[in-house]
Amino acid sequence: MTGASESFREIVSLVRPGARVLDIGCGEGALLELLTGERRVDGRGLEISPLGVQACLSRGLAVVQGDADRDLADFPTRAFDYAILSSTLQQVREPKTVLAELLRIAERAIVSLPNFGHWRVRLSLLARGRMPVTASLAEPWWSTDNIHLCTLKDFTLLCEELDIRIERAAALADGRPARRIDPASALENWRAEQAIYLLSRSGSS
Amino acid sequence: MSRDVGLQQLVGVDGGLIRFGADQPLTLESGAQLKGLEIAYRTYGKLNPTRSNAVLVCHALTLDQHVASVNPLTGKPGWWSQVVGPGRPLDPDKHFIICSNVVGGCMGTTGPSSIDPDTGRAYGLSFPMITIADMVRAQVMLIDALGIETLFTVVGGSMGGMQVLQWAADYPERIYSAICIAAAPRHSAQNIAFHEVGRQAIMADPNWQGGDYAKSEVRPEKGLAVARMAAHITYLSEPALQRKFGRELQGDGLSWGFDADFQVESYLRHQGASFVDRFDANSYLYITRAVDYFDLAAAKGGTLAEAFTAARDVRFCVLSFTSDWLYPTVESRSIVRALNAAGARASFVEIATDKGHDAFFLDEPVMHDALRGFLDAAGLARGIA
Repeated sequence: MTGASESFREIVSLVRPGARVLDIGCGEGALLELLTGERRVDGRGLEISPLGVQACLSRGLAVVQGDADRDLADFPTRAFDYAILSSTLQQVREPKTVLAELLRIAERAIVSLPNFGHWRVRLSLLARGRMPVTASLAEPWWSTDNIHLCTLKDFTLLCEELDIRIERAAALADGRPARRIDPASALENWRAEQAIYLLSRSGSS
Repeated sequence: MSRDVGLQQLVGVDGGLIRFGADQPLTLESGAQLKGLEIAYRTYGKLNPTRSNAVLVCHALTLDQHVASVNPLTGKPGWWSQVVGPGRPLDPDKHFIICSNVVGGCMGTTGPSSIDPDTGRAYGLSFPMITIADMVRAQVMLIDALGIETLFTVVGGSMGGMQVLQWAADYPERIYSAICIAAAPRHSAQNIAFHEVGRQAIMADPNWQGGDYAKSEVRPEKGLAVARMAAHITYLSEPALQRKFGRELQGDGLSWGFDADFQVESYLRHQGASFVDRFDANSYLYITRAVDYFDLAAAKGGTLAEAFTAARDVRFCVLSFTSDWLYPTVESRSIVRALNAAGARASFVEIATDKGHDAFFLDEPVMHDALRGFLDAAGLARGIA
């Protein structure tokens, strides 16, 4: 995916050295490996594909085969400092439940998602009247895994509803390094192709 | 050939029989003691100077110590030659691989067919009840005698996987990593039920004679064969049986009688008949009972995670098979959940196969790749790659 390396860079910068990290949907373990190398984290992964898990095993990572929608319940409460959900929230069946689970398992959650409010997406829909296919939404509607797309504004409102505090937000666009943004900004809702959030429970320290 | 304990030079020979003196009895979970314990074992490869490359393979219900070399009794290749051997995930060029026959077994380790030193006759049913924990305690005595402090890995499938879990619960400081394949943290009601069918078949055979068949030099072969036939079905899967046999006939047509008309019947009869040549009926009773009694959580205060609290530094790899209905994936998941709750380093893969429970010693490239990946990475971390 375009900007994956920039997105990983930003995620790494959000993680405290030596932290306990759960990477949900960790794929072949690239981010976990980066976090282990650069932040000396005590990392674990959850990955749905057996081939992904196998690749992680060869990298010496501790990864469990499982599904974010079903298997997060298996992790104990506050077992981690960070739960990371990178470009996956839009693919789960129950985004609300998954978000709540992230902040049960970990003190903080790092969530990245494609912004359906990005100007290219809006333009594609407005001008062509078709479901957009862009760099961060690369598949046509009939084969995409993205079943719960949202805009930055939608996500901010959901966090409010769930009493989740957005501690930091950063935007990615056109492969450039991440930029800190105000998550409620209407302009960013046009400009950001992807957003990365650092979340915590409202009321927690 | 038998040797006395404490001989460091045991390391370097390919195994044999080790006998523990009367001053080193095996105290069993039941409270009983086994005196003069003998353990039959095999080794492959060499222990390195830092003694960091030892691997213990724990065998399943009716298997034996002949992991990767010809079984002298059957003439068949080692039961895990796919995984243990040059260029395999467990490689004698890198690892010092040990496998011992479980206590209660019949391949050389003390079991119900052994001679009771107090009576001079075969134990039969006077042999004490044994458990998975007892099997592990005997293995600890063996690796102590071999001068090994910490195992690089302890690995096993099925009942072997239960021993792996028991190792993690009882001796976590003595294992660097653990691989549990197609196993469960406790035996389910259905599995106890199948074992009971097998035991009743053995005990219904008139030759069994209350377990005292050794004195009349007969064996309850019919009962043991039926026990094996019933158990063998549980090791396969419905699709695998269908694929292998379907409704294919042995001959040209139906016999209109009770001969083995169907290929599947003939196959099962063969499984039963060849099993009795290599296994002892009383051992089958004792070992199936040990598996029935296995409930790791119950033994550790009711919570499985409690069993693993001291195993936080152990690297775990848990594997299951999609078509295994004897120890289905849900059992492995409960192990992984407990390991997570204990904060252990757990990896888990469910391997897609239609070969059922027995897939763990068949040609399963995905399992072999997973084992290789896990072992290589752990070996690198341990400095023995």
